[in-house]
Amino acid sequence: MKSFSNTYIFVFSTIMVVVVAAILSIAAITLQPMQKKNVEINKKENILTSINVESTAKNAVELYDKYIIESYVLDHAGKVKEGVDAFEVDMKKEMTKPLEERNLPVFISLTDSGKNQYILPVYGKGLWGPVWGYVSLESNLSTIYGANFSHQGETPGLGAEIATEDFQNQFIGKEIFNEQGEFVSVSVKKGGTANPQSKYEVDGISGGTITSEGVDEMLNDCLKSYILYFENIKNQ
Amino acid sequence: MNKEKEPLFSAKNLKLLREPLNNNNPITVQVLGICSALAITVKLKPAIVMALSVVFVMAVANVVISLIRKSIPPRIRIIVQLVVIASLVILVDQVLKAFLFDVSKQLSVFVGLIITNCIIMGRLEAFALANKPWPSFLDGIGNAAGYGVILIIVAFLRELLGSGTILDYQVIPQGFYNFGYENNGLMILPPMALIVVGIIIWVQRSKNRKLIESN
Repeated sequence: MKSFSNTYIFVFSTIMVVVVAAILSIAAITLQPMQKKNVEINKKENILTSINVESTAKNAVELYDKYIIESYVLDHAGKVKEGVDAFEVDMKKEMTKPLEERNLPVFISLTDSGKNQYILPVYGKGLWGPVWGYVSLESNLSTIYGANFSHQGETPGLGAEIATEDFQNQFIGKEIFNEQGEFVSVSVKKGGTANPQSKYEVDGISGGTITSEGVDEMLNDCLKSYILYFENIKNQ
Repeated sequence: MNKEKEPLFSAKNLKLLREPLNNNNPITVQVLGICSALAITVKLKPAIVMALSVVFVMAVANVVISLIRKSIPPRIRIIVQLVVIASLVILVDQVLKAFLFDVSKQLSVFVGLIITNCIIMGRLEAFALANKPWPSFLDGIGNAAGYGVILIIVAFLRELLGSGTILDYQVIPQGFYNFGYENNGLMILPPMALIVVGIIIWVQRSKNRKLIESN
């Protein structure tokens, strides 16, 4: 094998790093607009799924404009904040702030049935990374109209099953307030142990316990922060 | 050996392509790349996309390393290989996110896992550093395909027996479940991938006795 001087090694690695950095930055910058658009379309698709509207990447934008009639951001007291775009709110950042400083987005939809739904974003952690989603409530602000969950890297076949229709459809018709009007959220029980009569629990994923618990905590934490807003609406 | 006179698909070059699919398979014979074979073979679709991404990364990485093999200082060659692989993987990830967003969502963290695939570095170190670009290209395709084939076989069996589906379509009829058939939950867990790979190795070696180690 040839031997190389130290100077050569330094020069070689410097050039290599600069070349690689340049290639990657160019790729990242040129592809970024397309990636951002994809992420936005995906977000719209997810919001639409939470009100049980099927959409594809092609018609998501059009359907979103049709069904989502209003959106705004709340502060922790449930008052509308001016000048913040609900769609642009990054839940990942919001969840790291204390509750008092959080922006809480709400999307309001009007479906073909002529009724309004309140769509609330939720964000929490699963086993390997974040899990998030959208929960839509009927106009009584307690009955779940639909739910949609996504995840970054949960185990396929186990935790990743939270993104399937079978799991999400369980939430339809469940209540987040009990008959006394107390907030109870919907608990995700260990797979197969939820009481089918109960309006407050659903089955988790067998073998995906930590992800299921993550969803459970996420619903409880995120929906709880909207309680004051619900009261404001009911008192109007 | 004169480069001009050797045909592109000479017997020697074809062997580079064919051997890894059979008698020199990276997973079943060299026992490399087991970690990702365990992680992503629960469902067939991610396994197929993973196989294709590995084919791309491995072929290009082999060619790049082979092209610059004479100027790589041996003392930092591992770092150079790692930089080449890592940048290719990031490129694949970025392109998938821009053009095939659905697939990229499916694969999520697994694209990053290509970097940790020991077959890729193994081939760079063992082959591309000492060979011309074209044979390196074939070697890359061959080994990645050999890896991909095993991945797809394992994923097929695990998805069929573990979830009763193929590519997310239900293939085991509901009637079976009514008679008490149940999906084998163990198939979904990583240890069963190891056992399936073990069975494939067993079948392959009982067909080809040359592969059995003498000790």
